[in-house]
Amino acid sequence: MVRIGVDVGGTHTDAVALDGTKVVAKAKHSTTSDVTTGIVGAIRGLLAEGGEAGVPGGIAASDVAAVMIGTTHFTNAFVEGRRLSSVAVVRLGLPATRSVPPMIDWPADRAAMLRAQAYLCHGGHEFDGRPISTLDRAELRAVAQRIGEAGFESVAVSAVFSSVDPSHELAAAEILAAELPGVPLSLSHEIGRVGMLARENATIINASLRGVASETVASFRRAVAELDIAAPIFLSRNDGTLGSLEQCEREPVATFTSGPTNSMRGAALLSQVGDCVVVDIGGTTSDIGVLVNGFPRETSTEALIGEVRTNFRLPDVLSLGIGGGSIVALDAPAPVGPASVGYRLREEALVFGGTTLTATDLAVADGRAEVGDPARVAHLDRDQVAAAVRWLEAQIADGVDRMRLAAAPLPVVLVGGGSVLLREHLAGTPEVVRPENFEAANAVGAAIAQVGTTAERVYAPATDSRAQVIDEVADEATARAVAAGADPATIRVVDVDEVAVAYVPGNPVQLKVRVVGDLPVGSSHA
Amino acid sequence: MREITEEHLADIAVGAAILGAGGGGDPRLGELLARAAIRSHGPVRVITVDELGTDDLVVPVSMIGAPTVANEKLPNLEALPAMLRLARRAVEGEGPRAGGVLHTMPIEVGGIAALLPIAMAAELGLALVDADAMGRAFPELQMTVPTLYGIDASPVVLADEHGNAVVVEAVSNAACERLARTVCVEMGSSALIALYAMDAAQTREATVTGSLAHAEALGRAVRLARERHEDPVLAVEQHLDARRLISGKLVDVARRTEGGFSRLEARVAGLGRDAGAELTLSSQNEHLVARRDGEVAATTPDLIMVLDAQTGTAVTTESMRYGMRVVVVASACDPRFRTEAGLALVGPRAFGYDLDYRPVELLHPATRADELSCSS
Repeated sequence: MVRIGVDVGGTHTDAVALDGTKVVAKAKHSTTSDVTTGIVGAIRGLLAEGGEAGVPGGIAASDVAAVMIGTTHFTNAFVEGRRLSSVAVVRLGLPATRSVPPMIDWPADRAAMLRAQAYLCHGGHEFDGRPISTLDRAELRAVAQRIGEAGFESVAVSAVFSSVDPSHELAAAEILAAELPGVPLSLSHEIGRVGMLARENATIINASLRGVASETVASFRRAVAELDIAAPIFLSRNDGTLGSLEQCEREPVATFTSGPTNSMRGAALLSQVGDCVVVDIGGTTSDIGVLVNGFPRETSTEALIGEVRTNFRLPDVLSLGIGGGSIVALDAPAPVGPASVGYRLREEALVFGGTTLTATDLAVADGRAEVGDPARVAHLDRDQVAAAVRWLEAQIADGVDRMRLAAAPLPVVLVGGGSVLLREHLAGTPEVVRPENFEAANAVGAAIAQVGTTAERVYAPATDSRAQVIDEVADEATARAVAAGADPATIRVVDVDEVAVAYVPGNPVQLKVRVVGDLPVGSSHA
Repeated sequence: MREITEEHLADIAVGAAILGAGGGGDPRLGELLARAAIRSHGPVRVITVDELGTDDLVVPVSMIGAPTVANEKLPNLEALPAMLRLARRAVEGEGPRAGGVLHTMPIEVGGIAALLPIAMAAELGLALVDADAMGRAFPELQMTVPTLYGIDASPVVLADEHGNAVVVEAVSNAACERLARTVCVEMGSSALIALYAMDAAQTREATVTGSLAHAEALGRAVRLARERHEDPVLAVEQHLDARRLISGKLVDVARRTEGGFSRLEARVAGLGRDAGAELTLSSQNEHLVARRDGEVAATTPDLIMVLDAQTGTAVTTESMRYGMRVVVVASACDPRFRTEAGLALVGPRAFGYDLDYRPVELLHPATRADELSCSS
């Protein structure tokens, strides 16, 4: 049995077939505006490449155990404002929160795209779990009625401190669902973390994508069925785990930045290194991230998505404007990038007969890469080329250093088609690895079959037993992982994170526990 | 600055974050509140301490509690008018000042507390006095210039979103801090607060004047330097006449809890001209002591500020992490904090560091401009 991983990039849709951790086939198709055609094309390439079923290395549709897709389709839909659902925002927090209404920090044009309307209601909790006010069922029913009359397509529900106690969001969802049958609900405690506005924003974005998500999921299902593949389909999520189609239909924002995540996860699998810095060099940028226990480290700060501040979990990635297509000016103090010929590399680069000096030309002139026609770069000044390459290496080495969280050096894994710019050596790094199939790391990452979940809680070290709190929170995360389809026997804690809450007596601590477990579809370990 | 409009808020927020000296909380929530309040009620009129009438009353307002909580349980400012009435009644109980006008003022110019009174003044329809009680951020409410003049923080009024209000009358400003903090926890660790009511003469004498204009000008200097592709860190140094303690990279950030204080020790390894040197920072909510190669380079109450080397914006103690490129600078605090009484209140020993205070400009006699001319 094999698993098929597909990564839908801006230019190309890459697909790989994995048997365990071994890549048995690779294929590429240009990305199409409907996404699905490109995915079908790439998967068809895999099936064709293997030839008839039963031939060694061949892939039959019946051999496919799972199809895993990484796509930035939902990010693009939101950023471009395409077919967004109209959103009613129900916030539970009165009498608190009134002076900072929902969407106050949205650019006006973007808020207008959602045709959103906010309804402030009673409910929500204090940080220590006391209710701010009791949930007012009559008030919620009246709000539901107004939402129904106004014809909103989707509802976002956010309660104060729902990460401490989600009961008011859940109870409100029950009332809203009864009054508004068929209208999708997005609950903030399932989407973000502490920080009301940013979590509410992420929930509103999610709500606005529910219509697109339903259509897209249906189209993925049809496409895979057309290929006679009966296996389940999963989508890769921001945190490097997988979600079922049903999950992604409910939580499209969880797939927002699966691209860099998949490259990093793929790097871990291909190199068999769990703790490392991953440098993914593409055509325009080098994305540098850190793997901890095989999973990308997440940002601690808030992230802007389409100019809207959100706080859902994203991989912490440093993007440098250096890639294989970067335009080079040999006499400039910063000779490489950030301008790039991007996907036109094969027409524009000197070694391919073009007229633009690119980073790929430098790599060929310096003897690092063997692509195109080296004679076309033979005229370049060797010292200038060497200096530009040294500059480029120093930039990447500096980026790697910035991303480390401790003084101890971490090994570096190079992936992506542009990684030919680098030799397997970087200043300040003990070990640089470029694994086999490095250029398909993103699709490989998509095919890793694990789910991961987190749970968090605020506790007071003075009165609560830390060990007991960690156990309880880990149990909660484990229950979520099981609900997400993980095999309970494989679930393990991979991260315990504690942050002190400043200016509160007793120094309460925000604790976050993360667990991962394998999905029972073919075997795989990062 | 005769009035504060929406256009001023971003600059004030950048400046206030720097003056927070590592603490004071992220001003963004304050900026949003101020924006919303100015949109509903119009610009906020700003007056200087010299414009106060003899019988006027100034009641500073802010919020107390944990910024993390305020960012989750977002504020409701509707209780403000009732809180102010209560504060005024408590102050003037023995006989109201006829004809006196009520104004408000920030209590600290560092961090979110610089922005909240702008929102509150708009909401209340009061003029905002361009002054504050610290000229920076400190973690406790007795750590102010008015305390040094014997001015009572009491009556302190705390109010929550339900309309509950508590008046604290305490025997000292330190006692006020303890009691107010306890009330605040009951109110969910985020509450509106009015304190340090002062008459015109007290306000003129016992505050740090011009601090909002100062924060705004500082933020503007950073913005303009970035727009002109100049060095925003240099702009901060020039604006504050600050001394550069080191330019380098954060190589170690260790957090621990000790004696009820959350303490942070960070090391900055020098880069460029500072290569080979190392600065250690000891911080609680704010940065309190900086040592360069073991020698004390600056201490509280002078302002020790960690700036992002590229953007010139503030790096708070909470957001510090390994690998960040930073410049650490220090500038002089209000001179009244340098007196014996001032140092007893906010000097190194007040925070548990057994060190003598020495003014930053004596530790680093060369001004920034001198250094530059020497090196060129």
